[in-house]
Amino acid sequence: MLLAQLTEVNGAPGQEGEVRNLIREQIEPFVDEIKTDALGNLIAIKNPRAIGPKVMLAAHMDEVALMIVGIKNNGMLEFRPIGGIDPRVLVAKTVIVGKKKINGVIGAKPIHLQRPDEREKALSIQELYIDMGVKDKEEAKRLVSLGEIAYFTTKYEEFGEGKVKAKALDDRVGCALAIRLLQEDLSFPLIAAFTVQEEVGLRGAGVATYQIKPDLALILEGTTASDVPGTDEHKHATSLGKGPAITFMDRAVITHPPLVKELFALANEKNIPVQARRNTAGGTDAGQIQLTESGTKVAVIAVPCRYIHSPASVMSKKDYDGAYELIKHYLRCLEEREDFQ
Amino acid sequence: MKETIRQLTEAFGPSGYETEVTSLIKTMITDFVDEIKTDVLGNLIAIKKGASNGHKIMFAAHTDEIGVVVTHIDKEGFLRFATVGGVGISTLVGNRVRFPNGIIGVIYHEKADWKDLKIDKLYIDIGAESKEEAMEQVKIGEFGIFHREFCDLGNRLIAKSMDDRVGCAVLVEAIKKIKEPRNALYFVFTTQEEVGLRGARTAAYDLEPDLGIAVDVTITGDMPEARRMEVSLGKGAAIKVKDSSLIVHPKVKQILMDLAEKNKIPYQMEVLEFGGTDAGAIHLTRSGVPSGAISIPTRYVHSPSEMIDIRDVEASVDLVVALANKELNELN
Amino acid sequence: MDVKHFLRNLSESSGVSGYEQNITEQISTACTWADDMRRDKLGNLIMLKRGEGTKPKKKIMLAAHMDEIGLIITKVEKGGFLRFGTIGGFDQRVLLGQEVIVHGKTPSLGIIGAKPPHVQAHGEQNKAVKLEDLFIDLGYDTKEDAEKLVRIGDLVTLKREVIDLQSSLLAGKAFDDRAGVAAIFECFKILSTLHHEVDVYGVATVQEEVGLRGAVTSTYGIVPDLGIAIDVSFGDQPDLRESETIKLGNGPGIAIGPHVHPKVYDRMVKTAKEWNIKYSLDPSPSPGGTDAYAIQVAQAGVATILLSVPLRYMHTSIETIDYDDVKSTGKLMAMFIAGLNNEFVEGLTCF
Repeated sequence: MLLAQLTEVNGAPGQEGEVRNLIREQIEPFVDEIKTDALGNLIAIKNPRAIGPKVMLAAHMDEVALMIVGIKNNGMLEFRPIGGIDPRVLVAKTVIVGKKKINGVIGAKPIHLQRPDEREKALSIQELYIDMGVKDKEEAKRLVSLGEIAYFTTKYEEFGEGKVKAKALDDRVGCALAIRLLQEDLSFPLIAAFTVQEEVGLRGAGVATYQIKPDLALILEGTTASDVPGTDEHKHATSLGKGPAITFMDRAVITHPPLVKELFALANEKNIPVQARRNTAGGTDAGQIQLTESGTKVAVIAVPCRYIHSPASVMSKKDYDGAYELIKHYLRCLEEREDFQ
Repeated sequence: MKETIRQLTEAFGPSGYETEVTSLIKTMITDFVDEIKTDVLGNLIAIKKGASNGHKIMFAAHTDEIGVVVTHIDKEGFLRFATVGGVGISTLVGNRVRFPNGIIGVIYHEKADWKDLKIDKLYIDIGAESKEEAMEQVKIGEFGIFHREFCDLGNRLIAKSMDDRVGCAVLVEAIKKIKEPRNALYFVFTTQEEVGLRGARTAAYDLEPDLGIAVDVTITGDMPEARRMEVSLGKGAAIKVKDSSLIVHPKVKQILMDLAEKNKIPYQMEVLEFGGTDAGAIHLTRSGVPSGAISIPTRYVHSPSEMIDIRDVEASVDLVVALANKELNELN
Repeated sequence: MDVKHFLRNLSESSGVSGYEQNITEQISTACTWADDMRRDKLGNLIMLKRGEGTKPKKKIMLAAHMDEIGLIITKVEKGGFLRFGTIGGFDQRVLLGQEVIVHGKTPSLGIIGAKPPHVQAHGEQNKAVKLEDLFIDLGYDTKEDAEKLVRIGDLVTLKREVIDLQSSLLAGKAFDDRAGVAAIFECFKILSTLHHEVDVYGVATVQEEVGLRGAVTSTYGIVPDLGIAIDVSFGDQPDLRESETIKLGNGPGIAIGPHVHPKVYDRMVKTAKEWNIKYSLDPSPSPGGTDAYAIQVAQAGVATILLSVPLRYMHTSIETIDYDDVKSTGKLMAMFIAGLNNEFVEGLTCF
């Protein structure tokens, strides 16, 4: 299953190879041109020479992960996050390390030997380490080098009532949507940019946009859902099961008002449940895409995900399918429109 | 000039939703420019053609103001919100906001210690008695602004959004005064400055100017126990040396200083520790644009009652007009 | 030319972000190997040494920033004392008691002072003096006298002569990143004796310390295929972890991270091993903080790498480096460039 495959491959910012290769394999039969650039963005084009609006879909391939920055004398690995990870989700989790794919665990002091006040304090990144089961530094150095990446080992699983658990739903869910949408039969130029390094500063998107020069762009994301106990309703941002979330504003972008209005109206017309993203925190590739060269009209459609940027995030299949339906209808509408404005 | 400032400051234009302001400006300047256009981000660009050997100057004043955006409507009809641009908690409590359809609301806070107050403890009351009633008047994602009228105190004027409608007013006035300029003048009324100098970035990329000048406000230090700042009301147009988005090109700074001296325009030097302007975006476009800024000294910036001195505004207009006609070969 | 001597002069000269003119002049005078030299609109100095490859030639850009952090006058107080703000990141604790040069009408000596300890309140002595409580003593007695020489907006630099420490270690101000500029010169010294196919742009960038600004515009103007940023990185000191630093005397740090193209990294390491040049691995999970960050995303993207000269006590007036590391950084770049061919560079956009 597409989403299962996509979430189970590994791709940290700057090292998206596995993800890129899988996506390339999936889309080859449906597109006319595929290319990469100096940063590793994967750009796929349908109908390159057609007349009509140039529509860009963007989803990022990278996931947050851990970089090995030091090897202690006892062989334990020091690490730092690439992209934002709350250190509290790390302790006592399993990881897979480096090119050699060595198993590791993120160590923690046993509860028996902790003082009560210690258990109240969160462990900082500097206090954590990865144990590969080696005896010493030399043995560790034979298995892994500095700069290599450790990933979460979460397996994709469907559970509960139509829910999915996986790592990297942010933004493999966006990649999956783009792959599905590339299979649509359309006559205008449709370009999917599978971008790199979004998690470390929206790095790949502007570079891709510079090459594509789109008329408008739809950014497909996995976004935070805080509809969980202990959160006031007004801080939920998005809720699972209420449909894809459409952004009006985040830290990086104020989305194009006419485009946003159109998407809400279309959802209403086609009876697709949607929600507004009730939060202005965070940022997506839209921020860079909007401001490249002379500017682009942008909108962000995101699938709500709980526990984002942690080993196991959760989404609802209904929201995922709803996002696909909404964008598919939007693209079809563009197709039918005589003069594109 | 005062009437122009009044009209502009009372208009509705939070970042991303500036069309009322740009339309108003368009009516003010349409008879005085050679060409007007808008771009993808909503920037309004007004062009006055210059002599054939003149340089291309981009003047930028931003049309957007800080504000709020509705993120949630609760069961009782109260609204929760996020801020748009740099809005301080202390300027919100007890103040009124206005939404595009004219709906007015009051901002207040949950029970909490003042020092613990964060945005998520505030709410807006539009007087609705239920969620349904509220939803008929505003929606999630609705943008709002401070609701405050303009006040004329004589030399000093108070209004919301002096930042940067007074800058827009300076350019509007300059457009009316300048006849047959030496240089090609691109007056850009930019969008989304308050959320990251966004409109200016794409406008400058498109226009490729030889010189970029932002006309924006700067803070003053002439109030009781104010944070240290040497700029004061009534001492003239402020010529910027640096702020956190830009170190003004030394030649541009010198050109402005020399013009002010030569034309006997009162001026003061501005070093701003925190804060940026459109020039910060302009100077880094493509392979670089020498840029600077003319700042209007303003007290209480980013509060609903920003105060300026009309004499500083007039000095800023004079400086813009002088620059429009200056030969700029030293920038080559 | 004696590049070490050139570095001393650069270090002792003044060139705060946005006002690098003085440094630009010294560098352009010293540059004898360029086929072409130009300054861009922001003041970046771009020196081109042409390659011998077939047209269209590939382009590599080497970038090191020539600006230093400094101070800017914000007020002239009663009694002729000057208040100041910062340009770039300063730890205010290193400023107390520092001698400075105030660049007013003429460069003048100043001392950074604060209230003496015995008049400070009890408990105040344990706290660092805040930036706003520091001032510069210009040696004048009245505000009027001081204002004849200095005005708001004038710049201030640290006064420091380069000091020779043991073996090849040096201490001085602004080695961040004039040591990088020196490494570029060391590179060209060797490159002049070798053949190379690619066009090489040596760029002394401006305004890195305030936001990598010069790198943004200079890269846009050159459109290189490959970019090497040469900056400084945290050298080993007693109070820092080993995993956060690289050792002095062990050659350049080669960064690995999102801002480093994997093929360029592999080839750089291979070059170092082939020519017996010592180096340290510099794992960098965050791509920001150096010109590499800006170079990488210019136009349609650039394959980049970051080399770092290990440096202790960054952003103080006693930055300490091992000059041998500057030489080996230069040598590594020269051998890397000499080994480049069109085919390798073209392959950098293939993933």
